[in-house]
Amino acid sequence: MSINDLFNNELKVVNIGLKSFKEDLERVNVRSVHMDWKPSFDLAPGVMDTLQTHSSEIEKANEKAVKIILNGKPFLTGIEKALEVIPGMKKNLILHAGPPVTWEKMCGPMRGAVIGALLYEGMADNPEDARKKAASGEVEFSPCHEHRTVGPMAGIVSASMPVFTLRNEEYGNSAYCTMNEGLGKVLRYGAYGEEVIRKMKWMETVLYPVIKKALVKTGRIDLKNIIAQALHMGDEVHNRNRAATSLLYRLLAPAIIRTAGDPQDSARVLEFIHGNDHFFLNLSMPACKATLDAARNIASSSLAVVMTRNGAEFGVQLSGTGDEWFTGAAMVPDALFFPGFTKADANPDIGDSSITETNGLGGFAIAAAPAIVQFVGGSANDAMNYTLAMYEIAAGENNAYQIPYLDFRGTPTGIDAVKVVEKGILPFIDTGVAHKEPGVGQVGAGVLSAPPEPFSKAVEGLAKKL
Amino acid sequence: MADVPVFGVIKKGEYFDSVTLMLVAKKIGETEGVVDSAVVMGTLENKSILEASGLMTAEFEKARDTDLLIAVKTGGKEIAEDVFQKVDIYLKDVRKSDRSALEFSPKSVESALKLMPDANMALISLAGKYAGDEAMKSLRKGLHVMLFSDNVPLEKEIELKKYARNNGLIVMGPDCGTAIINGIPLAFANAVNRGDIGVVAAAGTGLQEVTSIISNEGAGISQAIGTGGRDMKKEVGGMMFIEGMNALARDGSTNVILLVSKPPHPDVLKKLLGHIKKVRKPVVAVFLGGDNDLLERDGIHTASTLEEAALRAVAISKYEARYENLNDVSGEMKIAMLMREASRYMQGLESVAERLKTSRSKIAHRAFDESKKMKTGQKYLRGLFSGGTFASEAQLIFKELAGEVYSNIPLKPKLKLKNPLKSERNTVIDLGEDEFTVGRAHPMIDYSLRNKRIMEEALDPEVAVILLDLVIGYGSNMKPLEDIVPAIRQAMQTAAGDGRRLAVITSVTGTDKDPQNRAAVIKGLEEAGAMVMTTNAAAAQFAGHIVKILGGGRLGGGK
Repeated sequence: MSINDLFNNELKVVNIGLKSFKEDLERVNVRSVHMDWKPSFDLAPGVMDTLQTHSSEIEKANEKAVKIILNGKPFLTGIEKALEVIPGMKKNLILHAGPPVTWEKMCGPMRGAVIGALLYEGMADNPEDARKKAASGEVEFSPCHEHRTVGPMAGIVSASMPVFTLRNEEYGNSAYCTMNEGLGKVLRYGAYGEEVIRKMKWMETVLYPVIKKALVKTGRIDLKNIIAQALHMGDEVHNRNRAATSLLYRLLAPAIIRTAGDPQDSARVLEFIHGNDHFFLNLSMPACKATLDAARNIASSSLAVVMTRNGAEFGVQLSGTGDEWFTGAAMVPDALFFPGFTKADANPDIGDSSITETNGLGGFAIAAAPAIVQFVGGSANDAMNYTLAMYEIAAGENNAYQIPYLDFRGTPTGIDAVKVVEKGILPFIDTGVAHKEPGVGQVGAGVLSAPPEPFSKAVEGLAKKL
Repeated sequence: MADVPVFGVIKKGEYFDSVTLMLVAKKIGETEGVVDSAVVMGTLENKSILEASGLMTAEFEKARDTDLLIAVKTGGKEIAEDVFQKVDIYLKDVRKSDRSALEFSPKSVESALKLMPDANMALISLAGKYAGDEAMKSLRKGLHVMLFSDNVPLEKEIELKKYARNNGLIVMGPDCGTAIINGIPLAFANAVNRGDIGVVAAAGTGLQEVTSIISNEGAGISQAIGTGGRDMKKEVGGMMFIEGMNALARDGSTNVILLVSKPPHPDVLKKLLGHIKKVRKPVVAVFLGGDNDLLERDGIHTASTLEEAALRAVAISKYEARYENLNDVSGEMKIAMLMREASRYMQGLESVAERLKTSRSKIAHRAFDESKKMKTGQKYLRGLFSGGTFASEAQLIFKELAGEVYSNIPLKPKLKLKNPLKSERNTVIDLGEDEFTVGRAHPMIDYSLRNKRIMEEALDPEVAVILLDLVIGYGSNMKPLEDIVPAIRQAMQTAAGDGRRLAVITSVTGTDKDPQNRAAVIKGLEEAGAMVMTTNAAAAQFAGHIVKILGGGRLGGGK
């Protein structure tokens, strides 16, 4: 529009900066949009220029990566012992959530979970013994993510634990995750008392064989389909999995009854699933993992394929930067705390569960989950604004996962690290909060933004490869 | 106060805009026991401000642009802790009210355009280091830009303006505080009548003054385009000034073009004159302090004050309006009528000259009366301005009448104040300059610094006149009387206590349609004892005469 056309048209303003100017415009009835601007992150000199020079190359790579993510078809195919299926799994190897971390640097809940795993595996006689073994170098540690696996909170996986096996049928890659133990004193929050180990043993000896038989009966289960339905039923499959768990229950129940043999066992298994609204979390997570892993190693792509936390550090991996980790300090979530707990009790952010956000779910789909909006300020509108903001940093919109309230718009999917850095908008995560001491368990649930540092480092890493 | 310790905290990755932070800083500054404080983002500029104001800590050195820095200078650690907590609460409230806003705020130009695909203007008021990039993004999306921000690098300004010129767009600014587009006041601007006078101004308050005078005279504005002061410098070459003028030349609703600026660089003036020659509409130009000969040779109407320029434009506008009515007649009748209109036209311009002459002589007489009320020894002017153009105009007028003036924006380098916080002899201060506005709202919004200065000047027994400007309208202080009257009263009382009569002279720039209402503001000021003149030029003349009579002039200049 030329200057003279401007003179002859209604003035319509994009206001960038002082909000009072927008208010003045409203006072004189001028239509305007206020832009909530934030500065770009600090980057090493020249990096932004490199990214801009290669912007069309990056864009093309991202288009390719998004397409792979949208084409992903994660199916639940069975359940096996970790040692038998997880690539690289060994008897003395313990997998953990987040980017790599040593025993010395592990946070309280993760250490507790390691102790629990060593007791469970019979590799230690008592907690003290477990600590010694963990520190001795006898036990090896590795991130779940480096073994096609994900784990919520501490994310500890040891050799004898049963794990769901998933397959991305479009691309043929697999993913793995343990079964969710429920709430209360549980390993993933760092508890390792007798009742924790007893429950894990029950899961191994009763739950595992029952589910295994049932899955043979049901055949492969389409998880993308369940997640898509659950989003229409008020889940975002990170902090709320009630609908998805119910849908899975409906699928499994007849098969369990037909195949379990002992009716007491089938009843207890069904009661266990019924009693744990987060049972499906350990399927939504590996479903996302299977989907995103297929989009790895696309040269020049700035799309995040991993966002994860180990309770001390927040780690990011990009499609275009291979297996390199980019990390920064993990922050303490802004949370609603269970009675008796405060922010002072909270451990910094922990768990692989932010893989859901990486795949356009969880915090990115919070507008689909009005039941949990008290975590984000209390109104459904707050939740919607969070989801809307995430479209700014997403490379695409999901073809299966939709937000009913946004007229079934696809969820913002595929986090573009360049957009994150340029616009200064951080991925939004809704999550559970662990007590910083091992064994206390969950103390609240809340939200937080990813820290900026891993994203700045990640695009710097990408720029080096361009 | 160097021995008072400074306590600091860094909040990583928490961005807030500077206005929000200023409001928070203002609140915590009022805390008892706090000597000084700052709440700023950790940019290099802000760090140097902290350094300069003695609020730097070793820890802050490492802070990055996206870190929030809170510094408190206070004797007690508990007070500092208390302040940190308060800041947390204030900022949380801001976040909360932002988040709960029903309307979704987009985070980028692209998504703003998804919400409003037919937007045609970006109004940008970010910090200068960021503003240029957002302006370029907006231009690339086909938006015209008003760039309110200052401190945009010169190279960036040139890049933006070249891009705009090549794509038929306008960039108003950087450092463009005011514009009126399609009758809509943007940023700091007044509610003026619409009419047929189009304005291009490279001087912000100059634009406000001429558009307000025009409106108060019963004429009106078609468009008022600001370009930012740097546009007329050699490096920028008047790119947007010329584009703006040419757009007005093509605009069917504009009959008279009024140009306002400080004297352009000679190369720019030459280029501009080349373009003006092609304009087939009357052009009035006021290049404050410039040489008018060159302009007049090219048939351009000139003026030496903003007031004169506005009145001339109004006189021509009235003539132009009647000229249009001649379209229906022809032949000798038309010639006769044209002659008559031409003589009326001349009369109109002459009447402007006559009116200004009368007004000047009235002012001189009033100055004589006023000077008689002064105590011996009172002789100097202290001009405290919120508008930079007004400060310049006042110096030019004062120099003609009484002599040279010290200033932080002096007419000559040798008249530069050593310390802008300390007046010398006759002094005019532009409180809108960076040294006063960093970390603080503009003096048109926040009067506190000027009020403090008014009080200081009132204590000086040699001061006869305090000359002010008061700019109302959108963007500026919404309760001007409430904020300035106590300072005026107190200053006059302080002087009176010492047996002195202090002349507080001001003009009020704006209109009765402005939210603050000019007439009401004038009434309030007069009740407080201030003498309100119709324009800044008249106020400066009044002040000049008084000082001249009292013998405070000299030091070069003066007649």
